[in-house]
Amino acid sequence: MTGRVVYLGDSCAAVQFARTIDPAVNARCIALASRVERRGVPGVRDVVATYNAVTVHFNPMLIDRRTLEAELDSAARQAASVMEREGRTVEIPVRYGGEDGPDLTAVAAFARCAEQEVVRRHTSATYRVYMMGFLPGFAYMGSVDSRIAMPRLETPRLRVASGSVGIAGEQTGIYPFDSPGGWRIVGRTSIKLFDPSRPDPFLLQAGDRVTFVAV
Amino acid sequence: MAALTIVRPGMLTTVQDLGRWGFQSRGVPVSGAMDWYSHRLANSLLGNDSAMATLEVTLMGPHIRFESETAFAIAGAEFRLTLDDEPIETNRRIQAGPGAILKFGERMGGARAYVAVAGGIDVPKVLGSRATHVLTGMGGHEGRALRTGDALRIGAKGKGKGVITPRPLPLTPVTGGAKLRAVPVDARLFTQLEAQRFRVSPQSDRVGYRLEGGPIADAPTGEMISTAVPTGAIQIPPTGQPILLMNDHATTGGYAIAGVVITADLPLAGQLAPGDWVEFDTCSVDAADPALREREAALGAG
Repeated sequence: MTGRVVYLGDSCAAVQFARTIDPAVNARCIALASRVERRGVPGVRDVVATYNAVTVHFNPMLIDRRTLEAELDSAARQAASVMEREGRTVEIPVRYGGEDGPDLTAVAAFARCAEQEVVRRHTSATYRVYMMGFLPGFAYMGSVDSRIAMPRLETPRLRVASGSVGIAGEQTGIYPFDSPGGWRIVGRTSIKLFDPSRPDPFLLQAGDRVTFVAV
Repeated sequence: MAALTIVRPGMLTTVQDLGRWGFQSRGVPVSGAMDWYSHRLANSLLGNDSAMATLEVTLMGPHIRFESETAFAIAGAEFRLTLDDEPIETNRRIQAGPGAILKFGERMGGARAYVAVAGGIDVPKVLGSRATHVLTGMGGHEGRALRTGDALRIGAKGKGKGVITPRPLPLTPVTGGAKLRAVPVDARLFTQLEAQRFRVSPQSDRVGYRLEGGPIADAPTGEMISTAVPTGAIQIPPTGQPILLMNDHATTGGYAIAGVVITADLPLAGQLAPGDWVEFDTCSVDAADPALREREAALGAG
């Protein structure tokens, strides 16, 4: 799988693959990102896998573009033969509805079913963590059952409570901090997605699997 | 132990360094000095390592008391400055005696100044950096803007290169506005950006500047797949009002990107205040390298 390199300014290169959300494409992106990181290329500061691209942030005074592209090419060839690492499955306990899930009623109306059925559909799937972004520890997960895949709010809330579990179309996610947010909030977890006191502060990373459990 | 106390905090004074790198894959913004050039210049005047933390001062500056003998330097935006009520200059190494009070007065140009102290501001590192990310309370002094009464430690000196010769050159002052060189990403959107002058709106901060002007026509609407974005990216949301992403921006975004400001001109962007004008000029990726080397040379590091 060859990607197209697009420069976003002079210190950022995005290797873009497909234009869709596809687990196989995403798996290749995560594998490539992991390979590039492990090469420890001097001058490379951050490697970020997203749905269908790998973005490399680099210091242009420490590495030139030709060398960077050669490294990416080499890493891509190595990644092509690597099986996706066996990601962990993390179970997240969620209190659905009521004050913890102010949008559960709206999602039930959208899905034309009972709130309990929305919960059942949300908790029946195993979700893939496609990428991390938006906030430290925020995981973009998919794919949500199409019957409950309600689009995000037209106007974001000024404040969504930390631990809130949301749906935005086929994506689901958990807010790691109090923040503004536009996703449909169906419940809340007490699990901390980001805790600087842990040896690994981040609960999730791209490639992990997540299931939700109603408590 | 060397320390300083915040007597008056100013509008927004935070501890910053050259940023929290290595964790964007976990959603952690880079943060760090909005004008990396002036941050480094202030440090270099004291023989500090460029990565040492400084205080980033915004628009209205603080009053600071040095509790012990301290060498300091200020670079970036131009302010009227006094030490124990005597005028002092920016871009110079200055010695403060115990109890001396530094006061920021009237702002004369630019938006952000950097106060460096010999040995650096010593706050705990979080994920390898002292940069403050206020939204998540990460880093800096208790993860927030400084307040009256805050006491900050100053690091032990040493391991610096010594004062760099020749003398580093201050950044061209930004008064009223700036032209920013940017690499186009979407030619159709960038052509429209280049053709006009924008104004930095009051809804602008370390996360990004909302620009007034335009609107840019044919901005993509609908749900776009999130991609990783760098500082300096010029986003065009469906409204057509550009957003220039700055240091505290989220690591990923779902808006179209028209272009990205080159690293050499990020310090100019960091010196823009609400009400200032902005223009964008095309710069190829190839032309961006000599522009950055020019900055490095002016710092005495090239």
